[in-house]
Amino acid sequence: MAVAQAVLVLGLTGAVFGVVLAVAAKKFHVEQDPRQGEIVQLLPGANCGACGFPGCSGLAASIVAGDAPCNACPVSGNEVASKIASIMGVELAPESEKKVARVFCQGDREKCELRYVYDGLRQCKAQHMIAGGAKSCVYGCLGLGSCVDACKFDAIHMGPLGLPIVDEARCTSCGMCVEACPRGIIQLVPMSQQVTVLCRSKARGAEVRKTCKIGCIGCGICQKACPKDAITLQDNLAVINWEKCDGCGICVEKCPTKCIVRRDNAVIIDEAASAS
Amino acid sequence: MAKLLVIFFGGVLLNNFILSRFLGICPFIGISQQVETAAGMSVAVIFVMGLASVVTWFFRHMILVPLGLEYLQTIAFILIIAALVQLVEMVIQKTSPTLYQALGIYLPLITTNCAVLGVTLLNVSENYNLLEAAVNGVAGASGFALAILLFAAIRERMELSEIPEALKGFPIALITAGLMSMAFLGFAGFRLEALFGVM
Repeated sequence: MAVAQAVLVLGLTGAVFGVVLAVAAKKFHVEQDPRQGEIVQLLPGANCGACGFPGCSGLAASIVAGDAPCNACPVSGNEVASKIASIMGVELAPESEKKVARVFCQGDREKCELRYVYDGLRQCKAQHMIAGGAKSCVYGCLGLGSCVDACKFDAIHMGPLGLPIVDEARCTSCGMCVEACPRGIIQLVPMSQQVTVLCRSKARGAEVRKTCKIGCIGCGICQKACPKDAITLQDNLAVINWEKCDGCGICVEKCPTKCIVRRDNAVIIDEAASAS
Repeated sequence: MAKLLVIFFGGVLLNNFILSRFLGICPFIGISQQVETAAGMSVAVIFVMGLASVVTWFFRHMILVPLGLEYLQTIAFILIIAALVQLVEMVIQKTSPTLYQALGIYLPLITTNCAVLGVTLLNVSENYNLLEAAVNGVAGASGFALAILLFAAIRERMELSEIPEALKGFPIALITAGLMSMAFLGFAGFRLEALFGVM
């Protein structure tokens, strides 16, 4: 008798909950766009977060809602973007150019001296916290290779003189190295942009001259020399507007400290190969 | 009132669910790598444990006790908590997308969390009334939140520390948890009853 009662009570409770949940599932059903599932299938599924949305499903939801463009995934290429665009029934916006990570510092061990001997944890963030790092330039690369560790695609290697070198062929422009650098030295740049100011120092010219042999002193010669008005001085630092720059290279020749550099993609890939 | 305070601070400090009663260890280890996710989990646990305490109290006193079926409480409570969490998740998803974003992914994780079942059974063994049971549920979950937030902050710091290769990851986390538990045992000497004037 007691057994029957126990079975009955639990069975009934379970049945009631089952019915309640079934009704609730219908009543509180949230419509999900079928396109969202299709787009999730196309995305890489690594949930790397490089797009700025919470994982691949988060990005898919935003694309369906119209909050993100069809090519918002920086890891998957234009093929995936065009497939997503066809699911959404829109034309893909003008092909977005592949970006690559570039290291905006040339102050290697020979060109920029050390202020103290650092003997701590081999991480840039840790050294950065101790009096702004060991480099005499507080904007320069610390050279401990946190970006190398952060790269999941084996596209950054430490060069012989303590500056990281990006293998542009392998770079997926996911931006993990950009986040890993406590100095903000690594930036994503359109791959075809070959002329870049490889310095991030906002210090005044005289101070830069004291600390680094190859830093931007903010003299403004490049600004005057540029025929396209693509260069402006911001905080004692020359900045190139990539949309205006046509890569003529006049600034490269005029720059007195040689901190503006033209690098051919082929050269960069060779360098990476020899470094690894 | 004083008794409620005793229950609350007892649940948070003296009988901390994680560090003294060793309940709810899986999320404590699993979701404590970042303070942010630990905070999300904490809020979800506070919500579910408070709700579960109230609902199971009604179920026990309106169905199990009149029928003389108290011995079924463990299995019945599992059933109730699982169904309750599912229901709450669906309601939240429909009514408040923002809250769902914040809690949603953590809710299913705690359906079978032993801390939730533990608090409901403790309410029974301590013979709490409805209000005391609800306070005990929220207090237990607050203790859980306190422990997991402290632990997550420590683990974030450890990410940047030099740790012997063999101890990296879970080993050092477990050692840390042990040390925290010992530290919390220091609260065991408190006499809350005397402090709040209930004997």
